[in-house]
Amino acid sequence: MTAIAPPPSSGGPGLAPASALGVVEEGGVSLVRGAVRRLRRDPAAITGAVLVLLFVLVALAAPLLAGYAPGRSMPGSGVTPSSVPGPSPGHPLGLDSSGVDLLTQLVYGARQSLVIGVVSTGLGLAAGMVLGILAGAFGGWVDTLVMRVVDLMLSIPSLLLAISIAAILGQNGTSVMIAIAVAQVPIFARLLRGSMLAQRSADYVLAATSLGLRHRTVVMSHLLPNSLGPVIVQATLVLGTAIIEVAALSYLGLGDANPAVAEWGRLLVRAQPRLESDPHLALLPGACIALTALGFTLLGESLREALDPKGRR
Amino acid sequence: MSTATSSAAPPSRPAAGAPPLLSVRDLRVTFTRRGRAPVHAVDGVSFDVRAGEVLGLVGESGSGKSVTSLAVTGLLPRRGAQVSGQALLDGEDLLTMPRSRLAALRGKDVAMVFQDPMTSLNPVVPVGLQITEVLRRHTGASRAAAKEQAVELLGRVGIPDPRRRVREFPHQLSGGMRQRVMIAIAMACSPRLLIADEPTTALDVTIQAQVVELLRELVREQGTAMLLITHDLGVVAGVCDDVTVMYSGRVVERAERRELFARPRHRYTAGLLASVPRLDGPRQERLTPIPGTPRDVLPWSSGCAFAPRCAAADDACLSGDLALVPAGAPGAGAAVASGSGSGHGSSAEEAAAGGHLMRCVHPVPHDQHEEESR
Repeated sequence: MTAIAPPPSSGGPGLAPASALGVVEEGGVSLVRGAVRRLRRDPAAITGAVLVLLFVLVALAAPLLAGYAPGRSMPGSGVTPSSVPGPSPGHPLGLDSSGVDLLTQLVYGARQSLVIGVVSTGLGLAAGMVLGILAGAFGGWVDTLVMRVVDLMLSIPSLLLAISIAAILGQNGTSVMIAIAVAQVPIFARLLRGSMLAQRSADYVLAATSLGLRHRTVVMSHLLPNSLGPVIVQATLVLGTAIIEVAALSYLGLGDANPAVAEWGRLLVRAQPRLESDPHLALLPGACIALTALGFTLLGESLREALDPKGRR
Repeated sequence: MSTATSSAAPPSRPAAGAPPLLSVRDLRVTFTRRGRAPVHAVDGVSFDVRAGEVLGLVGESGSGKSVTSLAVTGLLPRRGAQVSGQALLDGEDLLTMPRSRLAALRGKDVAMVFQDPMTSLNPVVPVGLQITEVLRRHTGASRAAAKEQAVELLGRVGIPDPRRRVREFPHQLSGGMRQRVMIAIAMACSPRLLIADEPTTALDVTIQAQVVELLRELVREQGTAMLLITHDLGVVAGVCDDVTVMYSGRVVERAERRELFARPRHRYTAGLLASVPRLDGPRQERLTPIPGTPRDVLPWSSGCAFAPRCAAADDACLSGDLALVPAGAPGAGAAVASGSGSGHGSSAEEAAAGGHLMRCVHPVPHDQHEEESR
């Protein structure tokens, strides 16, 4: 399942200082413009962007596209133990095994995936950045302590970690978000620390120090903006992984227990007994998961390449 | 070099008796690494810089020039670098003061201009912000006031259309512009001491002349003391009042600029001068390089570190620690300190007194050199 997601990139001097997208505002257009130009020439980037855009649009427009409330089973659905009703005028993709409109479930599943993916990645990014800044800015025993904790977390496979946390916190949306976020923290912490260490010996940091600026200022306004590039790229990639993990958790029965919440992973579980008679029940949500994760991965990878100084010129 | 020499009317020198602003005594920096022999990068260096005066610190790569400046400003990593000696700024020792006090001094009283303006500016922060953050740190100026000052500073260092430039990023400026920005940042709080570490090395020759001229103007206008670190004798000829020549971590010669250019006594200084082309020299003149590289050195404890590369070297050069002695003194050539280390203690005092000092067993004879150069 995780095969689609690339391994988390190691820290270190991966990206140029110029890659701090978040910081560049007025006047800095050309920093970003070059990257955008390269992205537009890259078919993988366009494919990724289209998939991601499609996913986001569907998630946002779910109530318009679906026509039914999520999780509402149709009266007299005609679901039998051996078959489910196929496409009909009211139900373009037919019903699923519990008599719910499949299109509605898929569309609302996109919304659920987007919300949980974005929120959990946001949480993981925030916590990971705090740890990364602590380790990268202070070094010494703070660094050692933080990095040992991170190593400890990394030694547990991220999905296993998420499963354990979800199992402890209980079956609701919040616990899924927290579980996935915690599993992401070490990735961001390690990446940001490595990136900051690489920048710490840069001339402009020495220059800033020679001007008597406070350590806090040097870290926050000089080190951090220059170290963010790889982290932003990683966040894009991790979003894809997070969506897979949402599905994985609910497939394993650790997702949101509320039946009114549509989830791609749960559709897979329900489709399992009917794999032979109605394979589309599994194939459609599976394709949704795969395509969405693929979109984020393609976009993240091309972003990484576009911002790589070695790829320039 | 000659371009600069011709225009070099030295700024009016303050009274020789004025106390130095920065007074470095017996500065030693030793780099230690586990499993390696310690490296004495700076080995008993002493010099003075007075307000309104420019001291040139000259030497090849690896002679300890930059390490000296980093040690004085406390910018060497604390781990692995041992610093001893004194660096008195107005009587206050920069080497022993608390870090917070030093941080408050840096940028305000002591500012630095670094070698490479391409990498010394933060690439993702507009240049204006990089000026205002120094102003706000040290003068407590409001955001708006600091911004006005930044515009004014950029104008003063000769950047056209400063109001637009403050919003631009370093990559939108040329190399010369960036070095001007670096100088503007360094001069923002009107420091009393400016340390310029190879400020022109990364620039084109034409831009070099402009930057040298700019630095000289600033020193003259504001009465700043400047420590100029360079390997470029042309720059030295253009701006420096006094010159200290370093080799392998020690001062080998110090003199007033004209004296040094006219009568270099140490063989290394003479070699440096002979390897620079002169506009007023004869046509087809061949340059004389110094043979070998700065890595072919001896430890100073065993004799002259320059001996392996020196044409005049003989056994006398290898007979122990050499002292820094007045160049004019009778019998200067035979100044070999008997006990190791006893030499620099006294020479430190002489460095303060000024005058022409050198550390050589077989100095370049006066008359012969005058015949060579005239």
